[in-house]
Amino acid sequence: MATDILMPALSPTMEEGKLSKWLKKEGDPVKSGDVLAEIETDKATMEVEAIDEGVLARILIEEGTEGVKVNTPIAVIVAEGEDVSAAASRGGAPKADAPAQPAPAPDMQAEGQAETPAPSAKTQDDKPKAPAAPATITSKAPAPVMEEFPEGTEMVTTTVREALRDAMAEEMRREEAVFVMGEEVAEYQGAYKITQGLLQEFGARRVVDTPITEHGFAGIGVGAAFTGLRPIVEFMTFNFAMQAIDHIINSAAKTLYMSGGQLGCPIVFRGPNGAAARVGAQHSHDYSAWYSNVPGLKVIAPYTASDAKGLLKAAIRDPNPIIFLENEILYGQSFPVPKLDDFVLPIGKARVHRTGKDVTIVSFSIGMTYALKAAQALAEEGIEAEVIDLRTLRPMDTDTVVESVKKTGRCVTVEEGFPQSGIGAEISARLMVDAFDYLDAPVLRVTGKDVPMPYAANLEKLALPNVGEVIEAVKAVCYR
Amino acid sequence: MDAAKDAGQAASDTSLPETGRPAQAEAQSPAEIHAPAPNSPQFTREEDLHAYHEMLLIRRFEEKAGQLYGMGLIGGFCHLYIGQEAVVIGMQMASVEGDQVITGYRDHGHMLACGMDPKGVMAELTGRRGGYSRGKGGSMHMFSREKQFFGGHGIVGAQVSLGTGLAFADAYKKNGKVSLTYMGDGAANQGQVYESFNMAQLWKLPVVYVIENNRYAMGTSVARASAQTDFSRRGISFGIPGEQVDGMDVRTVREAATRAIAHARSGEGPYILEMQTYRYRGHSMSDPAKYRTKDEVSKMREEHDPIEMVRKRLIEMHGVAEADLKATDAKVRETVNESAEFATHDPEPDPAELWTDILLEARA
Repeated sequence: MATDILMPALSPTMEEGKLSKWLKKEGDPVKSGDVLAEIETDKATMEVEAIDEGVLARILIEEGTEGVKVNTPIAVIVAEGEDVSAAASRGGAPKADAPAQPAPAPDMQAEGQAETPAPSAKTQDDKPKAPAAPATITSKAPAPVMEEFPEGTEMVTTTVREALRDAMAEEMRREEAVFVMGEEVAEYQGAYKITQGLLQEFGARRVVDTPITEHGFAGIGVGAAFTGLRPIVEFMTFNFAMQAIDHIINSAAKTLYMSGGQLGCPIVFRGPNGAAARVGAQHSHDYSAWYSNVPGLKVIAPYTASDAKGLLKAAIRDPNPIIFLENEILYGQSFPVPKLDDFVLPIGKARVHRTGKDVTIVSFSIGMTYALKAAQALAEEGIEAEVIDLRTLRPMDTDTVVESVKKTGRCVTVEEGFPQSGIGAEISARLMVDAFDYLDAPVLRVTGKDVPMPYAANLEKLALPNVGEVIEAVKAVCYR
Repeated sequence: MDAAKDAGQAASDTSLPETGRPAQAEAQSPAEIHAPAPNSPQFTREEDLHAYHEMLLIRRFEEKAGQLYGMGLIGGFCHLYIGQEAVVIGMQMASVEGDQVITGYRDHGHMLACGMDPKGVMAELTGRRGGYSRGKGGSMHMFSREKQFFGGHGIVGAQVSLGTGLAFADAYKKNGKVSLTYMGDGAANQGQVYESFNMAQLWKLPVVYVIENNRYAMGTSVARASAQTDFSRRGISFGIPGEQVDGMDVRTVREAATRAIAHARSGEGPYILEMQTYRYRGHSMSDPAKYRTKDEVSKMREEHDPIEMVRKRLIEMHGVAEADLKATDAKVRETVNESAEFATHDPEPDPAELWTDILLEARA
């Protein structure tokens, strides 16, 4: 019986990849464990191994094909002696347009799925929610409003991943005191390939692979920063930074104050934060609100690639300890990034990403994907939402939010983190003080649900916010 | 006493922990451990005079701090170094200018040994604006970039990773400096200590780990908290050499420190010194010390006091007149009284200081 070989996913967030090379050709016998092909993503190159025995009857995707969706049949194996031509007729899509036939991916990437609002998006806390529509994350972000560089600047389409790497490389070229340390940052080229190529350019002295000891190497980074070095400490995810949180809070954030201003700590702690896809509760925590609570830290959580680049460069130059919260799902997304010799953005400045007059949606990091899609859908219904990307969570740019709310009179916040004491709660409290007289409706929060992140695909979708919830919350504050 | 072990022997000793060994060590009373070594290294007259002055300054300073605490002028926690003076002074006598020092919360002695101004230290204890941290750090959190003293850390064991980071920076900058990273016997059981040992040896960082074993982590004796009570062996699995040192004798401390610092500075990597010492006072000011007998304390004070031993040598071996030593005592008392005077009359920080030193301004 013929068996389809499917395009495999190399990571929980992989959506597509390049079929770079076939190592077997049609008619070759294969046995379990044989390497059939090499596939490539922006993160890594991996081999596809056969798990069945038989004959490689048909190759469905030619080598060199890019953008092959996960789960697309790429070849057919038949049992020995079976009719190869029969298999050929069975073999799904013709070679040329195979990528156009994506099989259902295991994650949330089903574009165009119906988005019905969750019935209870208004109150996020406590009570179990009725099932909400699956979250939809577009892989193609709408072009953001950009005004922080000269008009006419050439824009280069760049992934967030590349932007982060470029920022580090540029700052390392600029100042010798800057170095990167963390697990798998050097030889492996980064667990998420953020540090790709840095070892080759800067050498092992400045790109330092550490043992898996977050507590210890975070402390070493802080100690080195006390002497004036400028470490970039990569956590494979911020979930693991829990092991190191004593040094982040007690050593890095507080020493300047406790030393009466003598001992600054110019260090950047960076890495992916929040949910990826299907990695369970211990690898999905969003720490935005935690770190934003601590005086002595600056906390940055960019959405676009240009913000990732401009703000990471600013973070590396900043004399204070910085928490730089990235998002694994955003790593592969592309955005226009200005082609400038030295593109540095100010820390602590929110940006109006989309202008509108009817309601203000405030978000940051991956929350922006929900906010922007909701704004798009709302526009079609005649509601013009202004979408603000906070970009920096501490210090928080309340002024930009207040100015917008003065205009719209309504506000909805969007974040993947938990509802209690979250970023939305903070914005809500500030608006109550600074924009009380302008508010025409209570501020509503769209957040992750108040549960540890589940593993099952359907439950994970329910636990995260979704576009429908944002739309419903906006309609609620607009009394529509 | 348990003589200093050969570094190489300790490093190559890969046998499993000898369970009988620590038990034996524990059976000894503190006074037995500090029985005079047959061939103690000798100090010149000047060296003994220097050690005497430095240790006496710490002793008198700490006594004064205890007094001010009792008067309610020092708040919060206050951990005194009395009894342990020979450790930090012997270490400092073996280090050179520019070497960094970092320690935990029992830090007043280290600051004075680094040459920090007693007035600034005492004023920090009283929470005044002339304190090293402008009154915002307190007893456990003082720093001096000028004297390369990096704190003063209140989280047990945190300074070990931080001190390893200082050494990382030294290696990165190739500046020839050594990080002297102190911890107590309690901190030596923290997980991050071993994470740091691993990386320090892996990367051959110039750090000397000084474990001040004063026999009690707060009120828990070493035997009740540590499966391996020979702290010099704590680096064996990483190949880090270690020695047990009589931490009550400033001469043996300096001798071991010289060896350890030379090892670290030469690029050979970290070195562990277990300083067998003793604190006379409680863990902090509020410690009634019910976990040990008065006899144990008084025996150590009478027979192994680090300052008395030097004083005796100065008179008996170096022919220093009692009157000269009394003059030194008077000078030290005056310095300490001045610091107390300053610390009790210096104003509290300006209320505006509440909002300063939280973040540094970004460079232009």
